Amino acid sequence: MRSNKRQAGKVQKRRRGRWLNRLLSLHGVLGYIFLYAPIVILVIFSFNASRFVSDWRGFTLQWYTRLFGNQAIGAALRNSLIVAGASTLISTVFGTMVALAMERYRFRGKMAFDALLYLPIIIPDISMAVMLLLFFVLAHWNLGLITIIISHVAFNISFVAVVVRARLAYFDISLEEAAQDLYANEWQTFRRVTLPLIMPGILGGALLAFTLSIDDFVITFFTAGPGSTTLPLRIYSMVKLGVTPEINALSSMMLLASMGLVFLSLMLQKGGKGGMDIV
Amino acid sequence: MTHIRSRREALRLLFLISPSLFWLIVFFFVPLLLVFAISFGERGTYGGVRWVLNLENYRRFFDPLYLRIFGRTLYIAAATTIICLLVGYPLAYFIATRPPRWRNAFLLLLMIPFWTNFLVRTYAWLLILRDKGLINTFWTGSLHMGLLQLSRLLPLPIWEPLLRATANPLTLFGTDGAIIIGLVYGWLPDMVLPCYAAIERFDFSLVEAAQDLYANRRQSFLRVILPMTMSGVVAGSVLVFIPSLGAYVTPDLLGGAKSIMIGNVIYSQFMAARDYPFGSAVSFVLMAVMLAGTLIYFRTGRE
Repeated sequence: MRSNKRQAGKVQKRRRGRWLNRLLSLHGVLGYIFLYAPIVILVIFSFNASRFVSDWRGFTLQWYTRLFGNQAIGAALRNSLIVAGASTLISTVFGTMVALAMERYRFRGKMAFDALLYLPIIIPDISMAVMLLLFFVLAHWNLGLITIIISHVAFNISFVAVVVRARLAYFDISLEEAAQDLYANEWQTFRRVTLPLIMPGILGGALLAFTLSIDDFVITFFTAGPGSTTLPLRIYSMVKLGVTPEINALSSMMLLASMGLVFLSLMLQKGGKGGMDIV
Repeated sequence: MTHIRSRREALRLLFLISPSLFWLIVFFFVPLLLVFAISFGERGTYGGVRWVLNLENYRRFFDPLYLRIFGRTLYIAAATTIICLLVGYPLAYFIATRPPRWRNAFLLLLMIPFWTNFLVRTYAWLLILRDKGLINTFWTGSLHMGLLQLSRLLPLPIWEPLLRATANPLTLFGTDGAIIIGLVYGWLPDMVLPCYAAIERFDFSLVEAAQDLYANRRQSFLRVILPMTMSGVVAGSVLVFIPSLGAYVTPDLLGGAKSIMIGNVIYSQFMAARDYPFGSAVSFVLMAVMLAGTLIYFRTGRE
């Protein structure tokens, strides 16, 4: 009798469990619909023949052809690539060097330096943008591509350092000792052992820096001058003038580019675990 | 870890850290001090800075006008964080409880919006929410027409209020709600990823142990699963709350002219009013709040 009751209770529990599980799956599906619906809508309406974005009038590619003929957008893309390329290169080299120092050495003032290294990640974009603008204005520097690159390096060093340090934390120091036992000098040890092993971390850091730089709007907005408009700045001023299908086409192209970056980062992740921990 | 013993090692350390140290001091720390110093100054006649030492800018921040904006900013950031948590935690739980090969696919699907330009993602919501946007095109277009035809077929009094409601567009754009939707959309992956990391690490045999000890589902969730994954909840909340507090793009694009947040105040002080000292003071208050939040996070993280 009693065991029967217990059995019944268990069945009821299991039923409720199944019900809860279905609810969870439903939530999962709805969550992904929420994440993708706006993006999908954006892409669909980039093929809309009507000039008015939310009024569907048939399929066209005219916004894309117009985009490729737009010189202002071409110039903005070029500026974006220059800024992202230069700031990625500088911050990857500096960030990797500082990551090596922080993981390998103990020195006076290390805590303070650690804090300084983390601050650019924590500080809100708008505060950092304002700081840099004031600095450049008071130092009488002309705002332009150079000031944008300097600003991007200032926040990217920290991100690269965090990613490379995550990789170095997994590093087995005895490998370096083994190389030195085999009469490798310090440079050879670094070049042939350390560098190849932390390479996925460095590439992961570089990819993150590139993405952050090419996507950045707020800091670029404050540190840009005439003639140094980047792609996000261009999109912003287009949106401010009015919503057009051309912006949809441009946004869809950027979406495609970021999907490419995701797959690239996945490939790097397969190259070694721990490199992309931060993202 | 090596202690610095020889001159050689000291030189190598210096070589490794000096480029970053130089960059961070000149282009980060000095500007930071500059903002701090200027926040005690005064606006010059032609928009420059007069170097005096007073607390006028901080006093001005406590004006009802700015306090109200600050309060609204806090409210929007808190609402964004809570909604992200309510949506993001179950989503993370969903992903973490799928079979391993599905898990990676779901994570990949999460990464694509995460790596997409923030401006583009905000713009997508502008398309949906604005007065001539997708929702309102349906609301005043198809839905209104449909109701009109229905009311002709079946003349009943219930159509009257519905017809009147769908005659005009809904006010979506320019509200706090629109900003919150935009922010939730922008930062949801930042909530899901740390929660997922915590739930994935969680040992589910502990739930069985709890149930063997006669805990029901609710108890085993509240007393076992949630406390054990709290690190992810806290990390996610900080990652959402901090950028929401400093948001500029979202309120600027989705908030219209009326809804402004603290980020917009800073922007207008620098770009429109040219009142650098007051803008610096507001920016410094924002940074202080943020640092306090981060310290709380590191504190709980250590426990």
